[in-house]
Amino acid sequence: MDFGPYLVFASLEGAVLAATLSLTALGLSLVFGVMRVVNVAHGEFFMLGAVAAWFVSALGGEALGLPAWAGFAAALVLAPAAVGALAWAADRAILARVGYDPERTIVATIGLLYILQQLTLMGYGPEARPVEPPFNARIALPWPEWGADGFAWTWPWGFGTTSYKLFVIVAAAALLMAVWAVLSRSRFGLIMRATQYDRETAQAFGIPVGKVYAWTFALGAALAAAAAVLIVPIQQAHYLMGGDPLLLSFIVVIIGGLGSLRGTVLAALLIGMSDGVISVFFSPTLAKILATLLVALVLVFRPQGLFGAKTA
Amino acid sequence: MTGAAKPVGLHALVLAILLALHFVLPDYHHGVLARVLTLATFALGYNLMFGYTGLLSLGHALFFAAGLYGLGMPMQHLGWSAEVALPFGIAFAALLATGVGALALRTQGVAFMIVTLMFAQAGFLTLLYFNEFTRGDEGFVIAQEARSLFGISLADADARYIAALILFAVAMIATLILVRSPAGRVLVAIRENEERARMLGYDVARYKLLAIVASGAMCGAAGAAYGLLFGYVGATFASVQYSILPLLWVLLGGAGTVLGPLIGTAFMTYLIDLGSGLTDAYMLLAGAALVLLTLFAPAGLLGEVRKRWAGWLP
Repeated sequence: MDFGPYLVFASLEGAVLAATLSLTALGLSLVFGVMRVVNVAHGEFFMLGAVAAWFVSALGGEALGLPAWAGFAAALVLAPAAVGALAWAADRAILARVGYDPERTIVATIGLLYILQQLTLMGYGPEARPVEPPFNARIALPWPEWGADGFAWTWPWGFGTTSYKLFVIVAAAALLMAVWAVLSRSRFGLIMRATQYDRETAQAFGIPVGKVYAWTFALGAALAAAAAVLIVPIQQAHYLMGGDPLLLSFIVVIIGGLGSLRGTVLAALLIGMSDGVISVFFSPTLAKILATLLVALVLVFRPQGLFGAKTA
Repeated sequence: MTGAAKPVGLHALVLAILLALHFVLPDYHHGVLARVLTLATFALGYNLMFGYTGLLSLGHALFFAAGLYGLGMPMQHLGWSAEVALPFGIAFAALLATGVGALALRTQGVAFMIVTLMFAQAGFLTLLYFNEFTRGDEGFVIAQEARSLFGISLADADARYIAALILFAVAMIATLILVRSPAGRVLVAIRENEERARMLGYDVARYKLLAIVASGAMCGAAGAAYGLLFGYVGATFASVQYSILPLLWVLLGGAGTVLGPLIGTAFMTYLIDLGSGLTDAYMLLAGAALVLLTLFAPAGLLGEVRKRWAGWLP
């Protein structure tokens, strides 16, 4: 009887991870798809999103006396916008100047990674700080199947936090739908897809490719930041928190295939769920070892999944 | 032949200066330079692949750590002597490089970078996973009595400096010989134009694998020597940071130059040393250096020198 509750718990954890992971990975995938560069600093944009969320909600709570939900809502808008603006500036100042050369871009974004991470350490400090969940206590979901079995008594803590976690899943899904709508229905999406399909022809048709690149880079970073704002009430904001999302996003993007929103979401679900399940039953480290090896082997034996698109 | 005289003279001079520094440096810098020489050997190994063959790996911490743990684990758990553990560490790194190379070389460019990064990450996590034996992040210390080669204790500062210098000299001379040999020319040809090298009939895949194995062995030697000279074995040396640092050192000093790795390592070590006195966020300097180098001097310090004044520099 012990197995069931653990499995549900693990899949719920997995679903939350999958939800934020698909947002983060989608950002990386968009940048790679449209600009053909790998942004190693992507995890730091995630981290900055979490730190910015802490600043906004703490400032809103202390200086303006806003309630937690208002501070959180403000963070959900302001943090991605600020991080997006920063990414836009980084694109103009660095990536555009190295001409989006794939290898030089990787080296430059590694540099950017350390700059952002260490500046955060200097400005924000080494502490991990929590952001208060907007409605953790308000919606305490009842859990009938469990209550009848008496499990609710054994784990009374289990579903106090779950109300917020369910919100994370819903919010991430809504954001994904919004991105999908922008990509496939709006004029900006059309321009982005045209640039991705054939940069030179797009330019010949008067599309300002440089601007599209900068906006894509900003959008990718903003998505990572949005995912971080959603996760920060669960995880706390810390200057080193960008490492895991970066690694996992890589894994998702490589397994899910390039530029495909559906592939990214499916791979995020697969990786998020299996990571959650393996982490609960075995060890998080083992889950990561398996995932990194999987990525390496996918790239070695099925490179067309991601990087072969260039030659096609 | 005058073509060979200049480079040979220059490198002999550099080694002579390093030997002279042994007698004049104050204690603190003496210790730092011993570390720089060991890490510069790591950078030399990295340079063999990145600088001369044009293969950008993001996972060389794996080979450094392979040497480090290949030496440290048997010494710690099996009571091996350093004379046996040192070659074992190097051989282990070379073997690992052969395996990783055989797989990773099926990819190119960005995919190659990510595959090497992932393998190194898997290696790092494996060290953490088995922390019962490896002691994970915390690491372990190799007992001072065990740290001796042929009766000479390497825990002693003087012996340590000379040992580090010998290590560096061997690696530097090996690099010099290799890059001036026909095989080395083929590596450079692959870097410059892989297709053309293949058209000329060279077995490109075999030469690339050769470069990875030689590079892995050299980095492994640096790792094993590091464990022996400084007596500390820890998983930090397998982390991403130690894959990025050799890249930074080589880029800074000049990729594809024999002396560049030493200059880059020394410069960066002192910069970080200086920076860590001022702030905890000393890796900021590394980040800024990477961005500035990519933007303004992709050839590195010696690369710029070679471009402007000294075309003969190997």
